[in-house]
Amino acid sequence: MHTNTFLGRPVEVDDEGFLTRPEQWDADLAAELGRIAGVDEMTAEHWRVVHFARSDFDTTGEAPTLRRMQKAGGFDIKRIFALFPGKPAKKIAYIAGRPKPRACV
Amino acid sequence: MPIDARGNLIPDFGDPRPVTGATTGDGGAPAASAGPRKMVFICSKGNLDMAYPALIMGNAALGEGVEVEYFFTFWGLDIIDVRTMDDLKFSFGGNTAMHMPQLERFKGGLGTMSMPQTLAMMPGMTTASTAMMKKMMADLDIPTVPEMLDHLVAMGAQMWACQLSVEMMQIKKANLHPGVGAVISAADFIEKSAGAQIVFV
Repeated sequence: MHTNTFLGRPVEVDDEGFLTRPEQWDADLAAELGRIAGVDEMTAEHWRVVHFARSDFDTTGEAPTLRRMQKAGGFDIKRIFALFPGKPAKKIAYIAGRPKPRACV
Repeated sequence: MPIDARGNLIPDFGDPRPVTGATTGDGGAPAASAGPRKMVFICSKGNLDMAYPALIMGNAALGEGVEVEYFFTFWGLDIIDVRTMDDLKFSFGGNTAMHMPQLERFKGGLGTMSMPQTLAMMPGMTTASTAMMKKMMADLDIPTVPEMLDHLVAMGAQMWACQLSVEMMQIKKANLHPGVGAVISAADFIEKSAGAQIVFV
């Protein structure tokens, strides 16, 4: 357990840096987390993915994998890689204030 | 674990940018070498249980920003042959690690007991074992082999088929999954896999 300071406020994170207290998340913080994850500007398209990840976590209790985003969320995989380059599922979960995705597929 | 300049704990996103000017001090990840990490999976087996490991690991690697390529050779061609890819089979013949966890509820220890090898030879046993394995995979929401291939291609995996095997098995390029870029020689494969981490399955 660790406390980060983002936007001048304390934010609790787990051993890997993912948020642990859902009530500490808001849109301003998400934009800051996005910047840290290499997404300089959160567009409406970014937000749609992040909002899906948040609501899907509420449904399943897990941060969605890329396949889940494609199957359940209807997102295009290539587009997701373009929006969140590198490690998209991990970045999306991070920005959404959810834990790291656990499932293998 | 990366720490930024203000002492914040940041997940490892693979990009060097967020950790500018800070060192972890724990001797963690070495500085990135030239280019992204690359993995190449050589799939040489066409059994259902030998197809999934490479497909699942490659999927995980792509999600982690790793470049992934596949080289299908010998029996592994069945994984990308559209006539067989959805009909790969599993047999526990020669596999003494086959047990049925479902039996554990009848008697302690049954769930980890090896299935007698003679059972594997019985008519219909391969069909039954295959159906059981497919159901167990589906219960875990693991896609079928064709779906998995589509997904890997969408994520950017590159796929190649082995020229010698294709000729030996008399397979036409048109029989292969559309994600297979080309039929290439062993020498071409050696060139393409330069610098990659190679996993032979």
